[in-house]
Amino acid sequence: MRAPTALVLPGLAWLVVFMLVPCGLILVYAFLERGTYGGIDWLFTFDNFVRGVEPLYVSILIDSALIAGSATAVALLLGYPAAWGIARAAPRWQTRLLVLVMLPFWSNYLIRTYAWIVLLNREGLISRGLVDLGVIDAPVSLLYTAPSVVVGLVYNYLPFVILSIYASLQRLDPSVLEASEDLGAPPWRTFVRVVLPLTMPGVAAGAVFVFVLSIGNFITPDLLGGGRVVMVGNLIYDQFLSARDWPFGAALSLALIAIMMGLLFAQAVATNRGR
Amino acid sequence: MAAERPAGTRGALATRLWLGGVLCFLYCPILVLMALSFNRAGLPTVWSGFGLNWYAELIESPEILSAARNTLVVAVASTLIATALGTMLALGVARRAPSSALDALLFAPMIIPDIVLAIALLSFYSLLNLTLGLHSIIASHVVFNIAFVCAVVRTRLKHFDFAVLEASEDLGASRFTTFRRVTLPMILPGVLAGAMLAFTLSVDEFIIAFFVAGPGESSTTLPMRIYSMIRFGVTPEINAMATIVMLFSFTLVLLSQRLDRSATLPDD
Amino acid sequence: MPACNASTSRPFELERSDPMHDPLHARRTRSATRLSTACALTLVAGSAVADGSLVVSNWDGYMPEDLPDRFSEASGTDVEVSFHATNEEIMGKVVASRGKGYDVLFVSSPFAEALHELDLLAPIDRAKIPNLANLYPQAEELAYDPGNTFSVPYAWGTTGLCYRSDRLAEAPDSWQDLLDPDESLVGRTTMLATDRWLMGAGLLARGYSVNETDPARIEQVRDDLVATKRTLLAYDDTTFYSKLVSGEADLVHAWDGWCNYGIAENPDIRYVVPEEGSDLWVDTMVIMKSSENVDAAHGLIDYVLGAETGQWVVENIMYKVPNEAAMGNIDPAMLESFPNLAMTPDELMQGEQLRDLGETQKAYTKAVTEITSSR
Repeated sequence: MRAPTALVLPGLAWLVVFMLVPCGLILVYAFLERGTYGGIDWLFTFDNFVRGVEPLYVSILIDSALIAGSATAVALLLGYPAAWGIARAAPRWQTRLLVLVMLPFWSNYLIRTYAWIVLLNREGLISRGLVDLGVIDAPVSLLYTAPSVVVGLVYNYLPFVILSIYASLQRLDPSVLEASEDLGAPPWRTFVRVVLPLTMPGVAAGAVFVFVLSIGNFITPDLLGGGRVVMVGNLIYDQFLSARDWPFGAALSLALIAIMMGLLFAQAVATNRGR
Repeated sequence: MAAERPAGTRGALATRLWLGGVLCFLYCPILVLMALSFNRAGLPTVWSGFGLNWYAELIESPEILSAARNTLVVAVASTLIATALGTMLALGVARRAPSSALDALLFAPMIIPDIVLAIALLSFYSLLNLTLGLHSIIASHVVFNIAFVCAVVRTRLKHFDFAVLEASEDLGASRFTTFRRVTLPMILPGVLAGAMLAFTLSVDEFIIAFFVAGPGESSTTLPMRIYSMIRFGVTPEINAMATIVMLFSFTLVLLSQRLDRSATLPDD
Repeated sequence: MPACNASTSRPFELERSDPMHDPLHARRTRSATRLSTACALTLVAGSAVADGSLVVSNWDGYMPEDLPDRFSEASGTDVEVSFHATNEEIMGKVVASRGKGYDVLFVSSPFAEALHELDLLAPIDRAKIPNLANLYPQAEELAYDPGNTFSVPYAWGTTGLCYRSDRLAEAPDSWQDLLDPDESLVGRTTMLATDRWLMGAGLLARGYSVNETDPARIEQVRDDLVATKRTLLAYDDTTFYSKLVSGEADLVHAWDGWCNYGIAENPDIRYVVPEEGSDLWVDTMVIMKSSENVDAAHGLIDYVLGAETGQWVVENIMYKVPNEAAMGNIDPAMLESFPNLAMTPDELMQGEQLRDLGETQKAYTKAVTEITSSR
């Protein structure tokens, strides 16, 4: 018994009108020219894409990828053992721990990022704490650098990574682990040769999530970067507001979407192949 | 993974400590903000006594109250619309053969960077010469909310035995009665979980609101207000605001968790 | 330039209650008494702007809080105030909506010029603004809009160096003190983030025009500023003065009025215009062509140009106004505490005014991107 099309239509219509069409507009704008004082001139040009591959913008893209990559790596390193810890806990504790881990994730992103401004600035808790403990002589600013942006990104996305890896761990068949042990493999090798490959889907999902959301991120570098850390999201924001160069901003947006689609596609292919 | 290992092995202790460390990492910044919000002086490094003065300043501020009101209006409206449309979408899609084009469309709002979506929507509204206001924020929030509601309800529907619907109709019930008496009660927890998720996302959403809001206080949401407060410096009111907003989110999430336990556990 | 609405104060600051020397206190007292009116207005305003009302966009805390109410009472026109944090923000929104939804904007001069070129502004009808007579003669001959045909100046001033005199060995006197700082200052300085002022510091240091269009010179300045970035703590348009107060920074690139906020909180903070000079920035009021209430908009501008309002601006947000009638009423003691308020119009006019750059804006944006993204 097929469900009536009327069921699907309103939702699809909304997505088409309020997502596809606006994105299509961006696609169109990417091929237009900037007006002398800002805005759009309806003249066709490839200029924006030619500009987009200039070394300046490519290097910003690379820097964004490096920051996103670092955030991903740190989140995975921190998150995997944590997920393992949850998976090995008593069953009734697992849900509680998961909720505990996910709670910060559902709170306001701005506030979570702001917390690090309070902590990392020169007169903030960490710096002053280190001085009081005698670890350093003078207060030091830990903010407004690429590492501080990485910290912010890791902080914001770590819960999801843990959740994702936990999901894979949960589906692990304990008998496989036992078999590996019985065959004499030390725990480390069991992990690397058996557990890790089997939990790859969860790891990949978490990794892609963090990377994709980090590379297009605007708020974290904006608040924690002090204007010194320019990522693709900031670049796009600047084009629309400071430079009033919508066509170029549109071209950059398309490039960003293309990269993310590529990554997701690669992840989907890898996951399917794994099955 | 309920593998039994003797408790107290070094590995088990290490992972427990690590988990504890991670939880500490996740909660310390939040707890610091909360503690600071009660610091009379407001400075991070000097404790000058417990005080609720920053909360008082916050509550008395008309801009904050107005922004909070607007945020609720936007969240409720976009949640209602998105839940209805998203649930219908999920129901419609669940029975069909999987289509990657459809899936792509349904997952796209979650994947497109929010700044790109924000700018695309602003360009779209300005091309149409639309007056911006709370309504433009609501319409924009529905976009990603539909995707999330649909995803949550679809997950729920995976375990749904559609044969029950057929049985109901065979017994003479109309389609609508079947929906009301059979389908709805069974998917309700999922729908509610999706709705709470949509509400939380809308309440916290900043960048899209920033771009598509209309002029004036009547169109400013709380995240927009928070962003401009942060831009103007680390002030103690933000800490009080942060505490209130966090506690609100936590309550919502815990409530949602109560409603549907399996919604927070991954399913595929 | 944007004024601060921060209400942080050190514990010892709370002792001061003299409104002249603690404008933050004065503002709060004033705002407390206006509370109920403001609250009522907010609830009534709702999400629809009634006919015969004005939407004004300004920086938060940059005009008297009760000005909208007082103007409403006097004229019968409701005023809804919208806030923008930066010029770019309001420009982005206004260009996108072609001005729809706004009546009066407070923007800095090069942006007013751009809006005029984009044909988004209504011409100023001088007959409807008799208080224009309050302006200094120099304020009627500003380079970006001689005769004030599409904009009316609201506040003006210089851009220079704001610093902690108790932390610096010697008082800075040149842009080089910021651009090529002493060892002890590395990581303790900030520069303004807005592209025109960011580049401005570098251009002035080299003796170039702040509206320089020669690509070779722009690149030179860019290279200088790339080197400066390595010594900077951050680029900051909005919290640089509080960084001075808290000790995060010791020497910052600042607009003069902002620096006064720092001086009010810490008398060791000083402001200086470097020897190479400053620009003369002007914040203006403009009326949108799309406004449905152009007459009322003129009325509002006229009200703002009143001597009383001008005096409030100086006393409370510590910016200079081009309002001769207002400046004449300022307490000399205040001019002593905040020396940059005493600058005369002739001195100000020595600064070069920022103009919209047209096509060259792209080069500036690219240069600034290269600077801020450099390693």
